[in-house]
Amino acid sequence: MNLKISALQFVEDVKTGNISVEDFIGKTMEHIDKVEPKLHAFLEINRNSLDDARTIDKKIKSGEKVGSCFGMPISIKDNICIKNSKTTCASKMLENFVAPYDATVIKKLKEQDAIFVGKVNLDEFAMGLSTEFSAYGPSKNPWNTEHVPGGSSGGSAVSVSAFECIASLGSDTGGSVRNPASFCSVVGYKPTYGLISRYGLISYANSIEQIGPLTRTVKDTAFLLNIISGIDSNDNTTIDNKNEDYLSQIDEGIEGKKIGIIKEMMGEGIDKSVLSATNEAISKLESLGAKCEEVSLDMVKYSVAAYYTITATEAGSNLARYDNLRYGYEFPVEGFEFNSYITKSRKNLGPEVTRRMIIGGFVPSAGHAGKYFLKALKVKSKLTKQINDAFTKFDLLMSPTVPILPFKLGEKINDPVALFLVDVNTVTANLTGKPAISIPFSISNGLPIGIQLMANSMQDKALLQAAHALESTVKLPEVQI
Amino acid sequence: MTKIGLEIHCQLTNLESKLFCSCKANYREFEINENICPICMGLPGTLPRLNQEAVKKATTIAMALNCSTPEKIAFFRKNYFYPDLPKNFQITQLNIYGDTSIGGTGSILVGDKKIRIRRIQLEEDPGRLIYEGSSSKNQITLVDYNRAGTPLVEIVTEPDFENPKEVRDFLKILSDLIENLGVADPTLEGAMRADANVSIEGGTKVEIKNIGSFHDLEKAVHFEITRQESLNSRDIEIAQETRHWDDRRKITVSARSKEEDLDYRYFLEGDIPWVKIGIDTRNELQSKMPESISSKKERYISEFKIPSQVAEVLSSDKFYSDLFDKSFTQENAKEVANIITTDLMGLVDTREKREKSKLTPEHLKNLANSIISGKIARNSAKNALHEIVKTGNELDAVIKELDLGNVTDQLKLQEIISQVINEEPQAVEQAKSNPQTINYLVGKVMQKTKGKADPSLTLELLKKNII
Repeated sequence: MNLKISALQFVEDVKTGNISVEDFIGKTMEHIDKVEPKLHAFLEINRNSLDDARTIDKKIKSGEKVGSCFGMPISIKDNICIKNSKTTCASKMLENFVAPYDATVIKKLKEQDAIFVGKVNLDEFAMGLSTEFSAYGPSKNPWNTEHVPGGSSGGSAVSVSAFECIASLGSDTGGSVRNPASFCSVVGYKPTYGLISRYGLISYANSIEQIGPLTRTVKDTAFLLNIISGIDSNDNTTIDNKNEDYLSQIDEGIEGKKIGIIKEMMGEGIDKSVLSATNEAISKLESLGAKCEEVSLDMVKYSVAAYYTITATEAGSNLARYDNLRYGYEFPVEGFEFNSYITKSRKNLGPEVTRRMIIGGFVPSAGHAGKYFLKALKVKSKLTKQINDAFTKFDLLMSPTVPILPFKLGEKINDPVALFLVDVNTVTANLTGKPAISIPFSISNGLPIGIQLMANSMQDKALLQAAHALESTVKLPEVQI
Repeated sequence: MTKIGLEIHCQLTNLESKLFCSCKANYREFEINENICPICMGLPGTLPRLNQEAVKKATTIAMALNCSTPEKIAFFRKNYFYPDLPKNFQITQLNIYGDTSIGGTGSILVGDKKIRIRRIQLEEDPGRLIYEGSSSKNQITLVDYNRAGTPLVEIVTEPDFENPKEVRDFLKILSDLIENLGVADPTLEGAMRADANVSIEGGTKVEIKNIGSFHDLEKAVHFEITRQESLNSRDIEIAQETRHWDDRRKITVSARSKEEDLDYRYFLEGDIPWVKIGIDTRNELQSKMPESISSKKERYISEFKIPSQVAEVLSSDKFYSDLFDKSFTQENAKEVANIITTDLMGLVDTREKREKSKLTPEHLKNLANSIISGKIARNSAKNALHEIVKTGNELDAVIKELDLGNVTDQLKLQEIISQVINEEPQAVEQAKSNPQTINYLVGKVMQKTKGKADPSLTLELLKKNII
């Protein structure tokens, strides 16, 4: 049984009777059990998966209508709610939180007969880019287990990269899908803000984050996007995409497209191998008929600072509800005064979350907002204007997804500011609401490098077409696990 | 000069659902913590889903208070920790990026005085705390979240009131207005609440919170003025602070200074995009607005010659004015108004009685017409009304059952008149010389018929018999 197939191949194989869902899921579960001790992608493995598989096989046999996923094994980042399953956000604070409802994306995938093989690891509340801030221990990069898999959707990237599932859903607040996708050599995509419902995604910085798929191929991403995108009455920020089919015309190519290479995303601190991979990508894009040209977006310099100010402010508010009064972990409330109880109960939040909540209490506070929060909003709006201007000239913008190679576990954990700088190429898409995708492009010293493409709002289809074109020029070795 | 300003919170009780989810806006009929869902409990991953009807109703209130209404409104987060707040922030409105609250400046007349409105905002009501145990050490706080997320309109006035009476008059007018708009039932417990700020001449502004009812508000304001005046007279500085109304002791007490220093870290609620309320929508809302109380009053006076005081009472209460508007004809309008204001108001003076009342406009119309035609006397009509409210039976059946019909039978009446003439020889003599005194005899006939004798017929017959 070959577990290393794409989503589209899986669907084809099941449809034609080449494989049974039960066999595939059975082998997948065996494989998960085999590699998990090394990789730790999962926080919880769904042991009912095999039953689900048999149910779908039965449906297929009896000629019943089967959803378009045909029992495809998918992993879900543990900050997305699945009804009656634990959703911990990799935090001790939500150790016992069982979601009583399905996120909209989960509901849609269930309707299409996807199988959720488990909930996967992340940095606590999606704050981080290495999974080292997970309260349940970090995940390991399948390409080299001494290295981080990236984050915060590290578990998602690892599970797809190491064939523990065919696809995964992560969330991207400042690069949390694209960063681990780049580090683990899978496709990671953050759609236009509002394209995918956030209902059921546990908020970190709600004004800029999106759920996004991590897959083996760009086509698989388009396939999933067809299922999970669209307007949702439960999320007032969703956009009506008129049931766009992202898979059709994916072979359109990029001939004649103008691509801007963002100067500020290839500057100081960039790893030599990342730089040369990027240059190689530029020539490949040109060989496909695109025109590449350098573009300077000077607000990018301030983007990370603005990003951390805005996300901390929103996190301070979004995470305020975790007072352990209504759900959370075992800690009796009797005998406490309210404020002293929540002070004590919140000690279960990890160091990075605590750090950001403290910042989040400070930067928007009276007397400081003008210097920090409001200034960050100004950067955000100027950056958006600059990007919009750039898109009057270019169809796409390009950069490496991350300026450096996957670093070693523990290497940067005590240097939060150094960690922040890893975000420099990804946060712009979040701050401006634009769609962006990371595609596996190269391997250097056994470590993956990804290339990022960005498009204007609601140009997700064009973005996927370009990503698919670039992807088809690349042949990468398989990960050895 | 004493200055008093108010912040009135009005629940939109007539809405079907809460502000951000489909739980009921009318939470009062539920067992504790039964009118809740993942959204109003602020469970991880849930998002607010704005109730567009609430936006419309709140806009209607703004229009009725002559407030400006902006083209676009925004929601903000007010961040603070409190056990009744499931998300530990409240979604509310603010005017820091221009006028983005549902209502801008406006005013209404209270008597001859103009009370200015500073702002109107739409926000969510928190849950309700229930305290158990007496001493503060053993006190347990329980939380009922049924109310959490109920649509609430906050109306902020300028400090235009000078005494508690003006406050009372304003609140009466405001709650009548709210009821007349059909957006809320102010008689529901907790549907309308208010905070006040009070400053006397040469003093500083003191805010009073935690006032349970309008009745207590007046007391609290009165207490606060007295307290501040007494401090002033002893040359003690009045601290700028927030005070809580102590419902048990009927005094205001200083709130912990911690509460005053709260920094709410307001910022835009990203989960609710700005809401456009275009000019078409606003025009439509304006055109659909129910007739105002003052316009009703005018109409009652000019069209039906109803006395001003009666018109005032009738128009200010939606329950009665609706009843009136469905019952009157050009001929019986005055009589209908009369029945409502003199008899019905005493019969259905509480919310419960109104709900139980079986009286229909058709009943009222019949009753008024029967009084006019002399079928039933006013006195008897009151009894009939009582019975109809209770049973909902038709007027004819009620008259029959309670024997309330007028004695219009000449023979029967003549019999009674003869009796009276026999019993009252002196009065008869007097009436012969002074016809004015004949009314005494009419009264006697009325007594014997328990008020059911047709008065004009009685007079006619008496005159025939005596003169």
